[in-house]
Amino acid sequence: MTTRIGVVTFPGSLDDRDAQRAVRIAGAEPVALWHKDKDLKQVDAVILPGGFSYGDYLRAGAISRFSPVMETLIEQAKAGLPVLGICNGFQILAETHLLPGAMLRNNHLHFVCRDQKLRVENADTAWTSDYAAGQEILIPLKNADGRYTADEYTLDKLEAEGRVAFRYLTDGPEADGYGNPNGSLRNIAGITNEAGNVVGLMPHPEHAVESLTGGGTDGLPFFTSILKKLVTA
Amino acid sequence: MARVVVDVMLKPEILDPQGQAVQRALPRLGFEGISDVRQGKRFELEVDGPVDDAALARIHELAESFLANTVIEDFTVKVEEVAEAAK
Repeated sequence: MTTRIGVVTFPGSLDDRDAQRAVRIAGAEPVALWHKDKDLKQVDAVILPGGFSYGDYLRAGAISRFSPVMETLIEQAKAGLPVLGICNGFQILAETHLLPGAMLRNNHLHFVCRDQKLRVENADTAWTSDYAAGQEILIPLKNADGRYTADEYTLDKLEAEGRVAFRYLTDGPEADGYGNPNGSLRNIAGITNEAGNVVGLMPHPEHAVESLTGGGTDGLPFFTSILKKLVTA
Repeated sequence: MARVVVDVMLKPEILDPQGQAVQRALPRLGFEGISDVRQGKRFELEVDGPVDDAALARIHELAESFLANTVIEDFTVKVEEVAEAAK
């Protein structure tokens, strides 16, 4: 049976088609989900894509978080449904509190758009098992509100529980002279929930799945990881 | 009709680069002696019916769950006396 991975489209989503394409390239069947529809169409996993849902009004992800599809998604994510939030999707997951912390305006106030080196910190989640812990990968990053923030207690807890999934590389030759791209605390680029089924990150793995469009294919393991997990489950 | 105002501010410990950018522009405009600026949001809610304890409790809940993200923001709720505007 084909593995079916849902991709939610909100008003203002931009990368839903790229996410669907990445799912297809990995060998699964993408299923379009609609923000107004509570029905998740019995998919095996869900991706919340990047973009500017609801124009980022109020706060990025704040209004999307209350859309009908999220009602079902929050309930099922708590029951173990794998969910990946990319960029705006990560912001939405933070607003639902499925993932702790919040994203704020980049500390330098500029929109960032560049290829970004990351270090995989946790290769045991549903979405990262095809990576090796410590692996360095190159993934495009593009956002205005990417500054990950949480209180010290939460940050310490995330670190202690191994729930920092990705970190921005900020020094050494691999960082290419770039520092922390947005002021994220402890250089956090992505995190996971306790169970490892819900993962959110600011960079865009769905834009790094084909060598034709540059930047390499370092994003593909996100989509092959989930496929393997679902096939062997 | 009554107006309830919800003010939302970043928590004091959260860096506010937008406020800093505003503050840095002040000397250029001839405003001296302002050492810090923090930027927030103000929501004016026009409430149908009386603003009693129950209504305020609901607005408080709305502010806590939606208007503010209490991970990063604090909020205050206050009832504003609306001066009768000339028709």
